[in-house]
Amino acid sequence: MSHIRYGRVIVEGQASGPALVSDRPISFLGGVDPETGRIVEPGHPLEGRSVAGCVLVFPTGKGSTVGSYILYRLAKANLAPAAIVNAESEPIVAVGALIAGIPMIDRVDIGGLHTGMPLAVRGRELIVG
Amino acid sequence: MRLTPEEEALLAGEGGEGARRAMRIVVTLGSIYDAERLLPVESVQVAGVSFRNVGEAGLEFLRDWAAQGARVTVPATLNPAGMDMRDWRRMGISAEFARLQEATVRAYTDMGVTATCTCTPYLVGNVPSFGAHLAWSESSAVCYANAVLGARTNREGGPGALAAAICGRTAAYGLHLDAGRVPTHRVRVRCPVRTPDDYGALGYWVGRWVGGGVPYIEGLDLPPVGASTPLAVSGEEAAAGDTLKLLGAALASSGAVALYHIHGVTPEARALPDLCPPDVAVMDVEDLGPARQALNSDASAIDLVVVGCPHASLTEVRHIAAGIRGKRLRAALWVTTSRPVREAAEAEGLVATIEEAGGLVIADSCVVIAPMAELPYRTVATNSAKMATYALGHAGLKARFGPLEQCLDAAMSGRWPA
Repeated sequence: MSHIRYGRVIVEGQASGPALVSDRPISFLGGVDPETGRIVEPGHPLEGRSVAGCVLVFPTGKGSTVGSYILYRLAKANLAPAAIVNAESEPIVAVGALIAGIPMIDRVDIGGLHTGMPLAVRGRELIVG
Repeated sequence: MRLTPEEEALLAGEGGEGARRAMRIVVTLGSIYDAERLLPVESVQVAGVSFRNVGEAGLEFLRDWAAQGARVTVPATLNPAGMDMRDWRRMGISAEFARLQEATVRAYTDMGVTATCTCTPYLVGNVPSFGAHLAWSESSAVCYANAVLGARTNREGGPGALAAAICGRTAAYGLHLDAGRVPTHRVRVRCPVRTPDDYGALGYWVGRWVGGGVPYIEGLDLPPVGASTPLAVSGEEAAAGDTLKLLGAALASSGAVALYHIHGVTPEARALPDLCPPDVAVMDVEDLGPARQALNSDASAIDLVVVGCPHASLTEVRHIAAGIRGKRLRAALWVTTSRPVREAAEAEGLVATIEEAGGLVIADSCVVIAPMAELPYRTVATNSAKMATYALGHAGLKARFGPLEQCLDAAMSGRWPA
């Protein structure tokens, strides 16, 4: 059943796609391969999955600030997530989403979301289902 | 967030696409932290220079931004690169890496950043004034600027710092505000802390405890420090500056400390004797042994000795040269420093002394960010707690940590005593 959750706009925009949900933080530098868009951090629950075209849902970013550039490069190669949803944003992913032009929201309830379900981000709205 | 008409104009693109992107980054960072306004910055220190870290993705972004007309509007200095920009061949760096590293530095200089390539901007002329707002990256320099000089900067990431340099502003949150500078932890030092490596061990231990907090440290015997400290080249004040450089680097690498205060020593603690609230958590440091143990691996054969993390001052280079004058080294010795300090050391004959013994005085670079996987070293001895903290994870090296004299002994013998 479709419903709307409200968050805070980090990067204004709208996009939709299948959810790719991680309950663990993501590091883009070293954690995501910029050539393929796949998550490569050993032992990460999403290891081997591609972020391309997905609404990527995870609690927060981590790692080096150079990770912002990985999102930029993914976008230029058409391998970036369609949108990013964080529980709480931090500078690495926020700056990365901004320079890559990826719509992003945070401070939204990410409980009960699972990989594969249809999601859309529109301004501060997260449309589930 | 309230923006001035001038800031609104930059955000609307009236200063060009490069400046618009910079403003959007600064405003986005401010909104994450609920900043109410922006502040003009006096200077910027930009990290994200080693090609090993920024990679093709970073180089592409920097080139694109430069091509959009982005130019810095305040003095901006650059963090170390992945190699000595002149003498990279001596380090064993490949021609391919050198080409990409040169292109990365050029992208920054095209935007007007000064290619200082040092983690100690305060030793090469970028000396902030007390209370000045800055946007600095490089965690050890952030600690020095906040604690020793009483300037105000958050721990910026590379892209955020560059954005601040282009629009000349940063968001007013965290350590820019009085509330963010209040101590969160009290550290009572109950054991002797004398040598520079004692201070490194202390910083490592305290950083592990306070994480991203603001420690207030009591019980250290140091002279007052402030704006004149980074300019001192000899005597008690220069020694205190070198010591606090190592302390701050350790605090910032084992924890995420961006500001510390030392009772009776650092400028804000001197101005306000009651700076530390009475109800914060208290830690007593009785013994540096556990910190030293945590910083040491079991390595016994030493391939490489590194001194100069953060970049060595002229005083430190003098100590190193005096320690190995006329000797013959078995292990490699890298003294990492800034270009101006290397030139001053050269003029005093110190570079010749170190290099005749078999060591290298490397400018512009640092072992933590050089492409060490391409080089033949497996173990490192260092007097820097920061270097020891990062050696394995960032450079694939097993570390030994101890006093400068012991590190120089290891350079001569190739061994670390059991």
